[in-house]
Amino acid sequence: MNSSYIFSLILVIILCVVAYMGGNAEGLRLVFGVMIPYLAVFLFVLGFLRKVLGWAKSPVPFSIASTCGQQKSMPWVEQNKLDNPSTTFGVIIRMFLEIVCFRSLFRNTRMRFHKSTDGVKIAYDWEIFLWAGALAFHYAFLVVLLRHLRFFFQPVPWCIQVIEFFDGFFKMEFVGEVIDIGTLQIGLPGVFVSGLILLAAVIFLCLRRLMSPKVRYISLASDYFPLFVILGIAVTGIVMRYFAKIDIVGVKAYTMGLVMFKGTLPPENVGGIFYIHLFLVCVLLACFPFSKLMHMGGIFLSPTRNMTGNTREVRHVNPWNYPVKTHTYEEYEDDYRDKMIGVGLPVDKKE
Amino acid sequence: MSDLPDADEFIKIDHSTPSTGWMDTPAKIRPGMYCYASNYRSVEALGLPNARRWNPLDDDWQIPDNWQQIFLEGLQERLDKFRSLKIFMDICVRCGACADKCHYFIGTGDPKNMPVLRAELLRSVYRNDFTTAGKIFGKLAGARPLTLEVLKEIWYYLFQCSMCRRCSVFCPYGIDTAEITLLGRELMNLLGLNIDWIATPIANCYQTGNHLGIQPHAFKDMLDFFVEDIEEITGVNCEPQYNKKGADILFLTPSGDVFADPGTYTAMGYLILFQFLKEKYGLDVTWSTYASEGGNFGFFTSHEVMKRLNAKMYAEAKRLGVKWILGGECGHMWRVIHQYMDTMNGPADFMEVPVNPVTGTVFENASSTKLVHIAEFTADLIKNNKLDLDPSRNDNLSVTFHDSCNPSRGMGMLDEPRYVIQNVCNNFYDMPPSTIRENTFCCGSGAGLNAGEDMELRMAGGLPRANAVKHVHEKHGVNMLACICAVDRAALPDLMDYWVPGVDVIGLHELVGNAIVLPGEQERTMDLRMEPLPGMEDEADE
Ligand code: HEM
Ligand code: SF4
Ligand code: SF4
Repeated sequence: MNSSYIFSLILVIILCVVAYMGGNAEGLRLVFGVMIPYLAVFLFVLGFLRKVLGWAKSPVPFSIASTCGQQKSMPWVEQNKLDNPSTTFGVIIRMFLEIVCFRSLFRNTRMRFHKSTDGVKIAYDWEIFLWAGALAFHYAFLVVLLRHLRFFFQPVPWCIQVIEFFDGFFKMEFVGEVIDIGTLQIGLPGVFVSGLILLAAVIFLCLRRLMSPKVRYISLASDYFPLFVILGIAVTGIVMRYFAKIDIVGVKAYTMGLVMFKGTLPPENVGGIFYIHLFLVCVLLACFPFSKLMHMGGIFLSPTRNMTGNTREVRHVNPWNYPVKTHTYEEYEDDYRDKMIGVGLPVDKKE
Repeated sequence: MSDLPDADEFIKIDHSTPSTGWMDTPAKIRPGMYCYASNYRSVEALGLPNARRWNPLDDDWQIPDNWQQIFLEGLQERLDKFRSLKIFMDICVRCGACADKCHYFIGTGDPKNMPVLRAELLRSVYRNDFTTAGKIFGKLAGARPLTLEVLKEIWYYLFQCSMCRRCSVFCPYGIDTAEITLLGRELMNLLGLNIDWIATPIANCYQTGNHLGIQPHAFKDMLDFFVEDIEEITGVNCEPQYNKKGADILFLTPSGDVFADPGTYTAMGYLILFQFLKEKYGLDVTWSTYASEGGNFGFFTSHEVMKRLNAKMYAEAKRLGVKWILGGECGHMWRVIHQYMDTMNGPADFMEVPVNPVTGTVFENASSTKLVHIAEFTADLIKNNKLDLDPSRNDNLSVTFHDSCNPSRGMGMLDEPRYVIQNVCNNFYDMPPSTIRENTFCCGSGAGLNAGEDMELRMAGGLPRANAVKHVHEKHGVNMLACICAVDRAALPDLMDYWVPGVDVIGLHELVGNAIVLPGEQERTMDLRMEPLPGMEDEADE
């Protein structure tokens, strides 16, 4: 598995080439511009639903919260309501922090052996980089995704414009700084930080996977694949925005055509790079339900996090609970009655 | 222990990864790291599948010809019954956050002891037979067929997991390898692949009521022994009641406390506490010889065996007509009680919401299951000033506290035992925060792995715990490791001897028993181990 990244890398490159050629081939524009996107969305929606419904179909027989803090006990013992919630509200807050802040990942530590004068000590240092990288990656991805919604709405909803405003907020300073050092960059379109952060974070996650021996050892080809696909998406996106300066108005007409089911083709002048971008997005969407990316849905349903910890206070019901064979007291007394009577233990039946 | 390397040698653990990928690195079952195969008589006693003689070192494990079918159908059934399993099989992103959180990985350096890889061993089979991606892309999607070699590898590493849940604390999705291990062991049991350190205790427990196979008369004899010792030490007779109908409270504790040091001293502590409360407040507690086991090795076997053994607790409470149940110090016992018992064998509507008859405190947090932990009970007594305590009797001890995995991560009882310790002794020092409370490290011997033949595994797995003890031993002169678990009391003394000589192990209620001033007691010169109390060295000699 140590070199499984090579396979994913080659596969993604092949996908890029296929898309590039497809986009430049007159007759395949309909396939790559319209049919594949519809197919991808279809697979995504159907696959996602199937997976989540499949999970939901299996019951949660036992309430197995991982209790990560002080339980609710006597009133004078301070309960950790976040990490060991006893109310639905507490669970909601716990889940919210997991999903929005990756709270468990925030706890991450790194184990280290170090030799000191009095022998070997094991230290556990706080390790924040995975958390920071993961958070940067996911939020950048989210913002980029939301910004793209402008292609699918006419008029563009105000909330997307607000996101764009804040995402582009840094452009003044950025351009300002660049001007200070004297380069002519004024003609650049406004810079969106999200795209750059996404790129940086994906590169970080790729490098981490490749460089950290442990993580590399556990990585499968299917772990590198989404990272490379997203890397490809980010790179082509950035190239189109800042360098190739694509015909945005034309693209919008095309995307609105998809929304209205008009089957409009992408504009003639977008070039192969647009098809790579689009095709990789389609691949990501289509693979999503069949890959680990389903952690997006699974995190909501994880029984160690979304249950209360007060299981002695509120009885949890197992829908498939069934009677089992036990060794009853009567049988036990039959087995040991004489011995029990011999030492004066009370018995139910004296024979 | 004779085969064990020196502690200094041992600590040169290699955490580098092999040059071959994990799927291409076959597991080698190595003496010192595995437990002996289940005795067929024990397997038979519970009517579990495929009772026979077998040996993990043999090539032929003598499993049925259609073992793959049994395993995969068993997996399908469990996927349909446990959402946890389905989700944990699907959503791991292999971020590696859990990797160095497992004490077995830290102590052995074996990459398959990283929780993520331990789970991947089974997950790879799941992908192969149950997922679209695995069926199409095979190894590239992390799938591999279930061969005999794969089965043996899964078995080997399922029995190198102590189901401690430390990994689940750090996983961003709460993936709980303990849950995967439990269900994986269920699959192994379908093929008759249990270990004897589990199979024989559960067979004993089924028949006699406790893991050690102590029959009722012998159980009473053993407690009589403690009564005599306590009388010698305190001058007070602490004779308990047995199987008493109409008692207020039924007391259940792991049989390890009745059987072996230093657990026996904890049992003496219980007897002293109950005697004190009986004399002063008329507390009416009974022990049971039928439900004479608090622990439940069924939990390390399958949900069904767990339920079969656990059923005795409520059955006995109902037969005796008690108001509620008090539970002694044991780790996994409390995971079962806290998270499984009520669901499996409840509702316990024949009992009352537990009220401490001495203080009047209503234990709201136990209102449905009706089991109160003795640390909660004692903390409540101390908080309400109901105990006469002389903590100076523990002044020769400098104590730290080992949070057992299950009361920490499967219950959350963290402050109550600390409160009790701080009231019964004067010198208490916690270990570093990354090694206690919800971050606590396993003793290395949990989930049925505290056998003699896997001593190397146990010493390796216990290293992180021992290392933290060593830290407070050197820094604060800690010489006593307190705990609330019978497996700990059996396992930690070996671990301390190996890694931190000079630190001994004690149960919480032994400390309590030493400190309680019984009504009418003689001047004590000895502690419960019959060693001189601080300042009494001369008197005790006489
Ligand atoms: C509710 C939504 C989501 C949550 C809470 C979430 C959370 C997480 C967390 C905690 C990690 C582990 C840290 C890491 O390895 O970076 C992770 C990894 C990952 N997530 Fe998400 N995620 C969500 C949605 C998504 C979506 C929509 C994508 C789509 C592209 C995605 C792609 C990834 C990838 C590719 C990784 C692995 C990173 C690596 O290989 O290092 N996530 N996610
Ligand atoms: S922390 Fe969770 S998601 Fe990450 S590798 Fe471990 S089990 Fe998988
Ligand atoms: S439950 Fe404990 S022993 Fe098992 S893999 Fe997780 S950390 Fe290791």
